[in-house]
Amino acid sequence: MDITGAELFVKALKKERVDTIFAYPGGQAIDLFDALYGEDDLNVIMPRHEQGLVHAADGYARSTGKVGVCLVTSGPGATNLVTGIATANYDSVPLVCFTGQVPTGLIGNDAFQEVDIVGITRSICKHAVTVRKREDLAEIIKKAFYIARTGKPGVVVVDLPKDIQREYGSDEYPTNIEIRGYKPNNSVHIGQIKKAMELLNHAQRPVFLIGGGVNIAHANMEMLKLAEITGVPVITTIMGKGAIPTTHDLYVGNIGIHGSYAANTAISKCDVLFSIGTRFNDRITGKLDQFAQDAVIIHVDIDAASISRNITVDVPIVADAKMAISKLVEKAKPLDIKAWVEQIGEWKKQYPITMRKEGMTPEKIIRSINQVFDSAIITTDVGQNQLWATQFLELNERKQMLTSGGLGTMGYGFPAAIGAKIGNPKTDVVVISGDGGMQMNIQEMATAIVYELPITICILNNGYLGNVRQWQEMFFDKRYSSTCMRYRKSCIANCNVPTECCPEYTPDFIKLAESYGAKGIRVTDEKEIIMALETAKNNRKVPTVIEFIIDREENVMPIVPPGNALNDMILESEGN
Amino acid sequence: MKKRWLCLFVENEIGVLAKISGLFSGKSYNLDSLTVGVTEDVTVSRITISLTSDDQTFEQVKKQLNRSVEVIKVVDYTDVAIHMKELMFVKVSGCSEKDIEEIFRISQIFNITVIDYNRDAVLIESVKTENKNNDLIALLGKCFANRIEIVRGGSVAVEALSIDKISMKSISYRNP
Ligand SMILES: Cc1ncc(C[n+]2csc(CCOP(=O)(O)OP(=O)(O)O)c2C)c(N)n1
Ligand SMILES: [Mg+2]
Repeated sequence: MDITGAELFVKALKKERVDTIFAYPGGQAIDLFDALYGEDDLNVIMPRHEQGLVHAADGYARSTGKVGVCLVTSGPGATNLVTGIATANYDSVPLVCFTGQVPTGLIGNDAFQEVDIVGITRSICKHAVTVRKREDLAEIIKKAFYIARTGKPGVVVVDLPKDIQREYGSDEYPTNIEIRGYKPNNSVHIGQIKKAMELLNHAQRPVFLIGGGVNIAHANMEMLKLAEITGVPVITTIMGKGAIPTTHDLYVGNIGIHGSYAANTAISKCDVLFSIGTRFNDRITGKLDQFAQDAVIIHVDIDAASISRNITVDVPIVADAKMAISKLVEKAKPLDIKAWVEQIGEWKKQYPITMRKEGMTPEKIIRSINQVFDSAIITTDVGQNQLWATQFLELNERKQMLTSGGLGTMGYGFPAAIGAKIGNPKTDVVVISGDGGMQMNIQEMATAIVYELPITICILNNGYLGNVRQWQEMFFDKRYSSTCMRYRKSCIANCNVPTECCPEYTPDFIKLAESYGAKGIRVTDEKEIIMALETAKNNRKVPTVIEFIIDREENVMPIVPPGNALNDMILESEGN
Repeated sequence: MKKRWLCLFVENEIGVLAKISGLFSGKSYNLDSLTVGVTEDVTVSRITISLTSDDQTFEQVKKQLNRSVEVIKVVDYTDVAIHMKELMFVKVSGCSEKDIEEIFRISQIFNITVIDYNRDAVLIESVKTENKNNDLIALLGKCFANRIEIVRGGSVAVEALSIDKISMKSISYRNP
């Protein structure tokens, strides 16, 4: 039977077992929306901005393991996806983004709302394609889902011209697909596994360095087994956090510019660095030529291009983390490294990450979140709020963190939480955001209201773009250039210190929340933290905004100053 | 830094060339030349790329290309016996009688062809290695400064038929 391209699109989504799509309409997508009208099997979520939409699809995908699906119109609808596409792709999140396009006959004419979205997104997604013939549609969609979810997952953009949406053609949807230029790796080189285990078994000072790949591959159980059998301490990147429970004895902490002293020092002193699913991004290596300089480096990654790019690797293993770790577990045995483990424990005790004891510190807020929420999905925004979250959040089988690690996109946290809540209606979802980033997608409050998503939104309000301000304080002589969120026209141009008389903050987050129909709680005293969180947790109908008024010049410590080696850290703020 | 050669088999589809060239510009890989043409299978195009890079960058280039969905196969020609040629046209204008004599002399010695000629301009066709063409440009540039127009096609390459070690050296036309 012949059906339209739009009808085939809906059929394809069902065949791919999509149950939720994030969609915002417009002229060049109106046929697709028409085909979706009244569909009972598809939950169509309409956010308030396409950037919010794509971050929501991202949060949905990260928290459910399913492919996130976006549908937007051509031109501005499509360009509004760009930041979210880059964000998701950078963190290997599987998304398929459908964009409406002007009819094929008009492409190239500078038609109304025509943009070359495939050209724009080519370098920030895994694959991008314009459908040029109705008969190709089914295969292109099939390929899109296959490419998005296999190998190193990523974003696929499918640009759908309007005439193809309307054109009648076959209703067939393929069950299998072959792509000659795309063969995701699904085996492990056993010889390399043996070699790696041989090295590990003879190590005196080994560590595991675990990146986001382990979480993406859902290899947490296997990883825990591997760590427990061998007894080798586990260090994670921000994206790898939660690979094993953060309260586990073998967990050391995060590596990186705001990593823990123990983790960074252990990496610098280890003799075998067994890394899995990380691409040795500049945020974790510090000065390159001193990174793990005494170590033999083993690197497991699904992406051959991530191996020996930033760091020269001695034993490369190209494989899916879950598959590789399972094989490693088979060959694992206990190591005799008591002295080394004790040494790391010493470092941990000597220089724990902690903040001052007085006042309402971010540490207390986040530790309270740990205490109040026993099982939850926690999303973060970007900035100091994110860094504190990665330092103090406890993660385990019941607690997952979603954060924009690769691109570091402000405005990610809140819409990602919306997607996570839609995908996990029974799980508590908590946002940790800054006051700056919260304003980048605040309009999604309406989305959270209309879909009845009781999310707990914690705004750590320091009245600054705090992360940048901290750099200005530490490395730019306190020249607070364009970082004060309380700035008004009446302020002096060369302000370098907050005072009691700074202008009032705008917006009033509490009134703003209330105007949307959400609940708002302002917390200024540490004694109120737990109460506020409990109230939010028990609010089952609407989102709750908790605005924590924190110290304006609070810093994230420790820090590896730019250009320093990883273990050459500043441990405490000058004031402390 | 070393001169390298790659041969890519890619899907013959709109946007694939943009993807490949975008990868080079986006990741700051330098690219000396790139030629593309369809193969005996019309769904497949073949791209010949030459670039100058260090070992580590070159490894990345190959991996990044391999990673692209549109790329079917990447073959490294750097240390393989290959035949490689580049088509080049040179137009020399404002020629005196003496210039024309000189051009004919050069073309004889360099074994290149004069394919068009009127009273004051000569058009030369050279099918040579990239290096040989460089030499020719240098020579013509000296003799006829500011009067030459050059059109280079970029190199195309194919693996040589004989693959035993001895012939490898003699067939390697890349470094004449
Ligand atoms: C979209 C975007 N723009 C700019 C930046 C650069 N940036 C990183 S952190 C930061 C400050 C964030 O301020 P806020 O949201 O208040 O969080 P805080 O650091 O104060 O916790 C900025 C501007 C970014 N990461 N993303
Ligand atoms: Mg702030």
